[in-house]
Amino acid sequence: MAGSSTISACPACIAAPEAGAVAARKVDDASILLSLPSIHCAACISGVERALTAEPGVLAARVNLTLKRATVATDPAVTPERLTDVLARAGYEAHELDPASIGVTATDERSRALLMRLAVAGFAMMNVMLLSVAVWSGASEATRDLFHWISGAIALPTIAFSAQPFFANAASALRVWRLNMDVPISLAIVLAAAMSVYETMQSGDHAYFDAALSLTFFLLAGRYLDHRTRTIARSAAEELTALEVPRALRASGETVAVAELVADELVRVLPGARVPVDGVVLEGASEIDRSLLTGESLPVAAGPDTVVSAGEVNLTGVLVVRVTAAGKDSSLHRMADLVAMAETSRNRYRSLADKAAQIYAPVVHLLAFVAFGGWLWASGDVRLSINIAVAVLIITCPCALGLAVPAVTTAASGRLFRAGMLIKSATALERLAEVDTVVFDKTGTLTRGQPELIGISGYDKADLAVALAVSEGSAHPLAQSLSVAIRREGIAPAALTELREVPGQGVEGRWRDRRVRMGRADWLQAEPASSTATYLRIGDRPVLTFCFVDALRDGAEEVVARLKERGKDVVLLSGDVPDAVADIAGRVGIEAWEARLLPADKAARIAVLAKSGRRVLMVGDGLNDTAALASAHVSISPASALEAARVVSDIVLLGGSLAPIAEAISVSRSATRRIIENFAIAALYNIIAIPVALAGFATPLAAALAMSGSSITVSLNALRLTRR
Amino acid sequence: MNVLVYLIPVSLILGGLGLAGFFWALRDRQFDDPDGDSNRILSDDYDDKPKR
Repeated sequence: MAGSSTISACPACIAAPEAGAVAARKVDDASILLSLPSIHCAACISGVERALTAEPGVLAARVNLTLKRATVATDPAVTPERLTDVLARAGYEAHELDPASIGVTATDERSRALLMRLAVAGFAMMNVMLLSVAVWSGASEATRDLFHWISGAIALPTIAFSAQPFFANAASALRVWRLNMDVPISLAIVLAAAMSVYETMQSGDHAYFDAALSLTFFLLAGRYLDHRTRTIARSAAEELTALEVPRALRASGETVAVAELVADELVRVLPGARVPVDGVVLEGASEIDRSLLTGESLPVAAGPDTVVSAGEVNLTGVLVVRVTAAGKDSSLHRMADLVAMAETSRNRYRSLADKAAQIYAPVVHLLAFVAFGGWLWASGDVRLSINIAVAVLIITCPCALGLAVPAVTTAASGRLFRAGMLIKSATALERLAEVDTVVFDKTGTLTRGQPELIGISGYDKADLAVALAVSEGSAHPLAQSLSVAIRREGIAPAALTELREVPGQGVEGRWRDRRVRMGRADWLQAEPASSTATYLRIGDRPVLTFCFVDALRDGAEEVVARLKERGKDVVLLSGDVPDAVADIAGRVGIEAWEARLLPADKAARIAVLAKSGRRVLMVGDGLNDTAALASAHVSISPASALEAARVVSDIVLLGGSLAPIAEAISVSRSATRRIIENFAIAALYNIIAIPVALAGFATPLAAALAMSGSSITVSLNALRLTRR
Repeated sequence: MNVLVYLIPVSLILGGLGLAGFFWALRDRQFDDPDGDSNRILSDDYDDKPKR
């Protein structure tokens, strides 16, 4: 900055470099996105914002209560961990979100554009309706023509702007020689507008501008509801993904994004962390929890040359892993082929709305054509015949049909969202209603994947005190579960010295001059038990064995009982060893179970069930379930599942409990019933209105009444779902 | 009936103003956080310039 040290005649020369510096800082400013699941009130908003802005380096913080997120603009030096710590100290739970996984802007723009079209259509509809009231109540000649011209001047630009989504959809369907719901819609809107312009020019009695506009408005309302429901589900699903910021620790100690890693690099995996890549262990000894990938509930020993895959959890010691594949090339990706094959079968599902459209669209066109031909033959008056054909098209236009499905799915998804379920796919509810067989995965789905000590009363109190002291020296899940169980008995730890962890083996210490060891069976030369267990040796005394069972997930027994009560077949398919699977099956009350299944086996079992005519609901969480989840008729995964499993599932369970599954099935059944009822209501209106229109008595007033009447009835019927 | 010459444009302009207001609110991202906005009005924090 030469300019600042000398007095210059040019103030801008001094200011300019500083302006440059400011601009440079602006570019460097990082934006951090935080998820705040616990905030709910005005005090929370100001509390979070005050805590964040008080932190040095934070430039601005803004909370969005609707999305329960905070956007923080910071200096590049501020790390997300520091901000979550600050918030934790202030009493707010906070998680970092990966901004790259949240595609807010694209979906946001689309729903805003739809809302704008809806607003324009609503505004125009109200104005034209008011003008029409004057015409219906008897305005004649010049006044009527004036009103028609004004209506036209409002309606035509509105239709050109607001009805674009329908025109675009209809055009893309016609291009491949198919009919969808948007073809009769577009035809009715365009013909009604064109006919009205012609009638106005001929100073005719009837113009259908109000009908064309209310059609656009009601149908857009259906589209908007549909879009919003799906956006909410998608953004919540994206948030789950964004919570797992993919990071890895290089052997040099530097934290990097997993995407930046390449093959042959060295990464360090700390105890308790998830292995970020596929690779081979180079040094270190530890145990690895593979339950998410294979369904095995027992941890496996890992040492040099052990092959590890992304998604496994490192339990005890630090491992240095040589990367063989990272990111898109890792084992997660290998599963993708299996999933892609399985998914094609599901894409063949035709939704109720599609089925209705398939019958409906040709019938409507045929009716309008018959009306035109019949009246032309009977009266020979082309103008009258066209008028009647247009009236038939407008009256039969699927206004209520357009609302029938989105209104119901919005109401049902809203109710299930409050119960803790996220409906990701548009047709998931319809498919869920047809389910007759439910297949569960074991580890992580029926169970929490957390071990629980059994038979604590069978041990000596003094031994338990030693076990507690040893187990508190380890981060291993079995040790932690053991210490929680013993503490619950009100036992205090014994005084131990020289406590140290032996990576991959266990914990060692000294108690009253005797060596105490707790850990793997082979380390203590003990006979391994058949289930998950840890072993304790005090001095020369015989080995004590602590056995564990996998704790059942909340609501697991309840859900199985309720499903059986309703006559569904319940099956358990697991990759774990037979003993463990039989134990869990017995505890939740499932008779049909299979163990030691590979991922492809699970998918094959489901394919066999599907071939025998069963509609299968698959509930699973692991990587070994993804193919099965994709090939099932409909699938559910808990929020704790791997991202790959959540992506292929139709429904994600947000809470820890399985209980909402039973409710989801009953809600989906009543939702499907409502959809069919709505179709019936719409058909009933048509059965009454079509003869009237064919006979040539359908005035614009009758069309407006029929349309609004059926749309409102259908929406009200859908709203009944939000209550029990 | 001559009154229509004034009344119809007036009613359209008034309605149009409402529509323009809605557009402005939509573009101004006022519908992005409805829950937050209804709660923020209760907050005592003094801010002469709303944060972006």
